[in-house]
Amino acid sequence: MDSGFLTTLVLFLPMVGFGVLLFVDSEKNKEALKWVALGFSIVTFFFSLALWAGFDNANPDLQFVQQWNWLSIQIGSTQISSDYYVGVDGLSMLLIVLTTFIMPIGILISFNASVLKERGREKLYYSLLLLLEWAMLGVFMIQDLIVFYVFWEVTLVPMYFLIGIWGSEERVYAAVKFFLYTMSGSILMLIAILFVGNAAGTFILPDIIAQVQANPNLWNETAGMASSSTVTGSLLFGAFFIAFAIKVPIFPFHSWLPDAHVQAPTAGSVILAGVLLKMGTYGLVRFNLQLFPAESVQFAPLIAGLGVVGIIYGAWVSYAQDNVKKLVAYSSVSHLGFVVLGIFALNSQGLQGATLQMVNHGISTGGLFLLVGILYERWHTKEMADYGGVWKLMPLFGGISLVIALSSMGLPGLNGFVGEFTILMGSVGSVYLNFFFTLLGTIGVILAATYILKMYQHVYMGDNKPAPHADENTYKLHWTELAVLIPILFAIFWIGIQPGKFFDTMGSSAKQLVAYVDESYDAYETRQADLEAESAAQVETNDATEDSGD
Amino acid sequence: MLNLVQMVPLVVFIPAIGAIINLFWGAKLGVKGSGYVASGAAILTFIISVLLYSYLTANHGIAQVVDPLPFFDGWIRIDAVDFAVHIPWQFRVDSLTVVMLLVVTGVGSLIHIYSIGYISHDPKYGLFFAYLNMFLGFMLILVTSNNFLMMFVGWEGVGVMSFLLIGFWWDKKGEIGWQNGNAARKAMILNRIGDFGILMAIFLMFWTFGTVTYYDAGEVANTCFQLEGAGYTLPTECESEGHGEEASGEETEAASVEEGEAEHAETGSAAEEEHATGEEGEAEHGLVLSEEELDNSLFYPSQLGVFAQAERLLNLEDGEEIAWDADGNMRGRDVQLGTWTLDIKTVVTMIVLFLLLGAAGKSAQFPLLVWLPDAMAGPTPVSALMHAATMVTAGVYLLVRSNVLIDGAPEAQFIIAMVGAITALFGGIAAVGQWDIKRVLAFSTISQLGFMVAAIGVGGYVAAIFHLATHAVFKALLFLGSGSVIHGVEHGQHHVHEYGRGHDADDEHHDDEFDPQDMRNMGGLSRRMPVTYITYLMGMLALSGIPIFAGFWSKDEILAHAYERLSTGNTLESLGGIIVLATLLLAAGFTAFYMWRQMEMVFFGKARSKAASHAPESVGWMVIPLLILAIGSIFVGFINVPSGVGLSWLFPLHNFTNFLESSIPSITIEGAGGFIWLLAIVATGLAVGAIFLARSLYGHGKAIVAHDSDALGVDPLWNMGGMTRMLWSAASHRLYLDDLYHAVFLYPYERIGYFLAVVLDWRFFHDYFHNNVIHRGFNAIGTILKNPVDIGLIDGTVNGVGKLINWFSGRTRRIQTGFVRTYAIAILFGVVVVIILMVAPVFMNGS
Repeated sequence: MDSGFLTTLVLFLPMVGFGVLLFVDSEKNKEALKWVALGFSIVTFFFSLALWAGFDNANPDLQFVQQWNWLSIQIGSTQISSDYYVGVDGLSMLLIVLTTFIMPIGILISFNASVLKERGREKLYYSLLLLLEWAMLGVFMIQDLIVFYVFWEVTLVPMYFLIGIWGSEERVYAAVKFFLYTMSGSILMLIAILFVGNAAGTFILPDIIAQVQANPNLWNETAGMASSSTVTGSLLFGAFFIAFAIKVPIFPFHSWLPDAHVQAPTAGSVILAGVLLKMGTYGLVRFNLQLFPAESVQFAPLIAGLGVVGIIYGAWVSYAQDNVKKLVAYSSVSHLGFVVLGIFALNSQGLQGATLQMVNHGISTGGLFLLVGILYERWHTKEMADYGGVWKLMPLFGGISLVIALSSMGLPGLNGFVGEFTILMGSVGSVYLNFFFTLLGTIGVILAATYILKMYQHVYMGDNKPAPHADENTYKLHWTELAVLIPILFAIFWIGIQPGKFFDTMGSSAKQLVAYVDESYDAYETRQADLEAESAAQVETNDATEDSGD
Repeated sequence: MLNLVQMVPLVVFIPAIGAIINLFWGAKLGVKGSGYVASGAAILTFIISVLLYSYLTANHGIAQVVDPLPFFDGWIRIDAVDFAVHIPWQFRVDSLTVVMLLVVTGVGSLIHIYSIGYISHDPKYGLFFAYLNMFLGFMLILVTSNNFLMMFVGWEGVGVMSFLLIGFWWDKKGEIGWQNGNAARKAMILNRIGDFGILMAIFLMFWTFGTVTYYDAGEVANTCFQLEGAGYTLPTECESEGHGEEASGEETEAASVEEGEAEHAETGSAAEEEHATGEEGEAEHGLVLSEEELDNSLFYPSQLGVFAQAERLLNLEDGEEIAWDADGNMRGRDVQLGTWTLDIKTVVTMIVLFLLLGAAGKSAQFPLLVWLPDAMAGPTPVSALMHAATMVTAGVYLLVRSNVLIDGAPEAQFIIAMVGAITALFGGIAAVGQWDIKRVLAFSTISQLGFMVAAIGVGGYVAAIFHLATHAVFKALLFLGSGSVIHGVEHGQHHVHEYGRGHDADDEHHDDEFDPQDMRNMGGLSRRMPVTYITYLMGMLALSGIPIFAGFWSKDEILAHAYERLSTGNTLESLGGIIVLATLLLAAGFTAFYMWRQMEMVFFGKARSKAASHAPESVGWMVIPLLILAIGSIFVGFINVPSGVGLSWLFPLHNFTNFLESSIPSITIEGAGGFIWLLAIVATGLAVGAIFLARSLYGHGKAIVAHDSDALGVDPLWNMGGMTRMLWSAASHRLYLDDLYHAVFLYPYERIGYFLAVVLDWRFFHDYFHNNVIHRGFNAIGTILKNPVDIGLIDGTVNGVGKLINWFSGRTRRIQTGFVRTYAIAILFGVVVVIILMVAPVFMNGS
């Protein structure tokens, strides 16, 4: 048994859980449903920890690889092949652990969700959660474009139903919007994938990357023609970028997010913010940077600029919200703006900061959504004006909330800071961005304080506004709520004080990727210059022949 | 022998443990127990600070770098091709740190003890003590860290504690509680603006120097000073900087160092050096270092911390390059920042300005000073500890710590001087217009912090720290005194209610209306509260800079520095000096004036409310710290007696300067100069004059003038009418700075935010864009697929074929394809497109 089996095991454990759930009698055994789902998600988490423990930090390449041929067809003279190909490297390792870490939290917080009691269909609910976990893990593990695309699209289905069935009032609208919006990006990506697969003759990512490395101008020369035109490469890059940008979401592709977040049930929001959005940023790293290194460099200022706009815009809009959940949703736009800025700083500091910030955002914003969910269970409202004095009513919860809020605000010593700091630091040193990106991005740090503190003051401070129908048990935290908050707190402090292990995990992969991008860009420039010179020479000779012909 | 210096992480861990105990078990411990735990933790840190001080004095001020307990595995580390990040958790013990430690833990301990009495009636005492201890822990991280980033952890940590403690009474009913919360939020956000500066400074520093460490292990901050102390011959650049004879022989026992030097003469290579000083360099009688070890020549510049690197780069000529690291790389003045190439001086100037922004946030300097007066919403011990003595001085500490950078950026230094001068005057003027006893002190604090920053602006780093230390003592005293007064008036109010009116339903209502902090409700308290009165008077005299008292010495040193700048011959420096000198003298006059105004209103005259006439003296827990601090206010100034005043027979001269010199390379003993009699006389004359002026205006029962429209009466200055009334009115409105910010920043921020959220984001992106682009786009594609494609093309084709057949067969029969589901066709269409896309390039390749 090769080590790659472990990856497959982690990937398919949720599916096994899914299968087991099908055979649980949902009428007689409602409790069993929950526990089966939770059990499988926790086991998956432990196996992913084993994966992390066995991960070799020094190796920048894919590890725990498993591969078998899945599709092989002959079209014309070209052999098209697609594999089941899983593997883990430093850039995906942490996201896999994040996924398996967030999932049990999402399941556990659903144990007492009132919406589930109201609307029932627990079996479907937990099955969808496990299906979602499987699909998300697939996105992070798969190294083949076609299979990746399948997993990418599959994540939509459970989330669509989670929002559409167990969401709040406007759930159907939100679900459809979420689906349509993401789909419209995905279609572009599909076309790009097919083109890339054709041009490269394979859908296997590492093989394609090898080709790109050999010739970074590959995409512009697909028709067998050496071309100095940059249109094809840019279009392909753009198609991938838009698909991921919608998922992240990068300003101005973010308008599905507030709906999806506000309408989704708590677990849905937590998973959406915690993991699903990271698929977009991960995609930017895995596909845009690796497949289109030269285009990434060319578009870096533009995209980093969108990131910076997102940082400020998200924070500003967030400040103006009256709805707690919407406020948190917009804060995601701001936080992920940092991630985008970090990725397109295109240096180790930025990239590692961005990857860590993906994890941080999952923990902090996931945590904030948990808080909103816990409040919602008691007050049944998301309007900030209906809350007040929660800290007094629920002192312990108020204290925990403060830590999570501060972590989201980027307080040094907590997790959010480490990511934001390294990202911003990376952006200063980036040879592709200038100083103003950092200057404006860092203003986001100030703005973060404005909306987080506004939220904290309005909800947790001020005069008591008791929950409707409150009795003595209302303000006690249920054990499931404590059980989800404590791991979050633990992660917040761990990453904040000792992030070394996280940085080590991604260190060599990030370093290799950065070097690859830089080298590819240089090679691309050279190639372009050569091609231009060639075509100029061509024109000259043509002219010469024409002249002589006269 | 126990290595004392290794104890330094304890100053962080002890308060942390105290905080944890109080956080979880504070309620069980009771108010006394809880207070003992917190105060015990504070006192323990004070003891450790004293031990560290004794260690440093015994070792000629040679700084030590201490890594925390082994289970701390670094902090931020990023492997990169160049500029790998390695920012550890690391402590530094040097004289500047130790001075800050002593100030923070000393004043902190007293305030912890005072709080046992102060907070005893509040049910949240456990939380209060937990916060105080947490604050202490963060503050000590701030001052003991060895790099800017760890400093920033403490910096932000105290900011959060400040947020929590300003808003400690957010749970008061109604508007008051909400205002407390607002004050807390305001403080945090303005501090965050400052933090923006710190972050930017750190980024620039990192990409310029590759590190954010102050000084690395084994590195010596002030080479000249150490060489001199160890008895080595001084290189010429030390002479020219004027490290004269005065410094030697005062306090340092060079002999023992010299003795040991012989047996420890072996010089390690640069690589070994880093390990050498930690363990091996230590002998029975302290540290013994060779000449090479003292002048950093064993290091490549890249192995040094920020300051030493900056010094070397700034000293380079244009185009000159020096060997930079072990790989043989060279480096000149150019700094590569992303896509920009800048001269080192430009970068250092930017760094200093960003640091100044940070300091302006934390130390309430113009233009970020508006949060501090509001911060008085917190409990009084908090105001004393954080918003007067310790936390707000962090900015000053930071700037003094960065003295090397500031010296390398004269333009930035000039701006520092201006900011400090403006702040000093601003605070002094605004303090005159306040009614709230604590708010007067708050503006006074702003003003005094301005003095410190201005001192840095004229190169008086030691003067700034000296004033910081003395100010911590007397301002803590004044705040605690005001707390005692407020406490007394509150009790008097309760007394009045209980015995005068009995318990009635309106009780609480009246409590709300009566403001125990309003000086108009006081008067004549000197008889009711004699200890508070005497101690307050001491603090007031110290603050006003009356000779002998602490504030006199430190203020005078600042003025002396400004004065000496006039004769440097450098236009910028002279200009800075004269502006600072004039402004600070004026501000000093204001200081004495508003303090005496306060004395008259609070302690003299007749009681103006029943509460004041029944105010009792405070209990022992609160009085003891007052007495200790009052004694301190008299004597603490003698730690740095200047020459020329005739006190050398009593106190060692420039003691403090000598002690600090090992960690502040930019100071010189000459600079800390002699006593300037003229200046001292002018300053004292101004202060005394201002006191007499205030006495004539407010004394003899004229503190308040009755006024119809204001039941509490108005200030005599207001009553004078004309220009005076306008000025006083402006002062009472904080010179309209808050209103300005509200109009220029806050209001637009909220309005634009609302516009972005509602109009742009919701109506446009969310609704319009979604409905008209995405949704209609899908619909349109669907319609196209359905109508022209499905019905027209496909249906039509099939129909056409049918018609053709019809035409051929002559039969009139219409072939109906039936109802084809649109999206099935869409899939078909999609598949066709995909196949075309997949196949087309193949053919193109083949051609």
